[in-house]
Amino acid sequence: MDFSQIIPSLPSLWDGMKLTLQLLVLAVAGGIALGTVLALARMSSNAMLSGLAKAYVNYFRSIPLLLVITWFYLAVPMILNWITGEFVAVGAFTSCLVAFVMFEAAYYCEIVRAGIQSISKGQINAAYAVGMTYSQAMRLIILPQAFRKMTPLLLQQTIILFQDTSLVYAVGLIDFLNAARARGDIMGQSHEFLIFAGAVYFVISFGASSLVKRLQKRLAV
Amino acid sequence: MSMIEIKNVSKWYGDFQVLTDCTTNVKKGEVVVVCGPSGSGKSTLIKTVNALEPFQKGEIFVDGVSVGDPKTDLPKLRARIGMVFQNFELFPHLSITENLTIAQQRVLGRNRDEAMQKGMHYLDRVGLKAHAGKFPGQLSGGQQQRVAIARALAMDPIAMLFDEPTSALDPEMVNEVLDVMVELAHEGMTMMCVTHEMGFARKVANRVIFMDRGAIVEDCEKEEFFGNIDARSERARQFLSKILQH
Repeated sequence: MDFSQIIPSLPSLWDGMKLTLQLLVLAVAGGIALGTVLALARMSSNAMLSGLAKAYVNYFRSIPLLLVITWFYLAVPMILNWITGEFVAVGAFTSCLVAFVMFEAAYYCEIVRAGIQSISKGQINAAYAVGMTYSQAMRLIILPQAFRKMTPLLLQQTIILFQDTSLVYAVGLIDFLNAARARGDIMGQSHEFLIFAGAVYFVISFGASSLVKRLQKRLAV
Repeated sequence: MSMIEIKNVSKWYGDFQVLTDCTTNVKKGEVVVVCGPSGSGKSTLIKTVNALEPFQKGEIFVDGVSVGDPKTDLPKLRARIGMVFQNFELFPHLSITENLTIAQQRVLGRNRDEAMQKGMHYLDRVGLKAHAGKFPGQLSGGQQQRVAIARALAMDPIAMLFDEPTSALDPEMVNEVLDVMVELAHEGMTMMCVTHEMGFARKVANRVIFMDRGAIVEDCEKEEFFGNIDARSERARQFLSKILQH
């Protein structure tokens, strides 16, 4: 084992990590936003709306993420082509981001739905009683309380997503794992670079997970 | 003039009828107490007044506005009716000050200063000005309920609905809430109160309504209701003897 080439390679590995984190932050933000909309649709009294949201969630929770990533890589440019009538190059990053947002939204939807349902019906009645509309009651009263309660679960899901971002290797994006692999191959130290990458994933994921557990205990008090 | 007019209201949950042909009214400045055994539909009835509970038959008018009409702007109507709940329902993620001002600003469009001034005025009236910066969880049940009353009053309501406001309170906190309600009644607020506090009813009610199994069984002047027990229905007498025993 010879780890000597890792330190000189850190700048290029950091470039990969930047892409991983960028993808993660954007996917989480988009996933939670879309997931919240899906959760509200799923809980809607409109049967068609809630049926559509339910079908969406069930569908995306039943197929592999890798499939979504590769499929969107092919499909997003095609769909944009239909809409705009011209060929648009979207690039692997955008198509991956869309895939992550749409896939993760299904999971975030269920977390958000459980969070909203954990808030007592009395709170929405109180919000209505002072004259709030549905959207005001949700934005000002229900969602702020629900998000506080579900923060630990949202973070856990985010840690899973952090690991899953490595699947972008399938469409050739150079994320942290792919950077480590490529660099290791060039340096003739494939094993060492992969071991290093594994250690980095472990430290970040396990560290974050421990923090979430501590947060959970504090929120429970 | 009737502030709240309930006409032949019926409501079903599936096949189960929870309200049966309820008719009554609350005049401007009147205090009406609604009592009855649990499950008699009194909480459901009071929640139909501001459309928190839909109803399938009959009509309700608040200040002449039809509650059941799909064209009615419900948020606007509800903003004019104050409501106090059994479990207080203060917004736990907001400070007492924010609880008092959020609807004034977001619903009535008042500016911050105006909303603060009004909120603090009513917080002072319920004797809790010193707690303005706290959160609901830091207050006792009685204090939370007084804040809830102040929150409703800050909207300048034309009528107040109370849904068992003291049932969830420890006994020693009941009076601090009733005192605020008595004061309100003396000031001429139009009030509809679901409560078992017969002392409160005797002191300030104009009329008492007794409900049983979803129907209004008694609806009469307070003097008649308490003064002439023998003329009451069998069910009302049973109920009264149970709650007045101790």
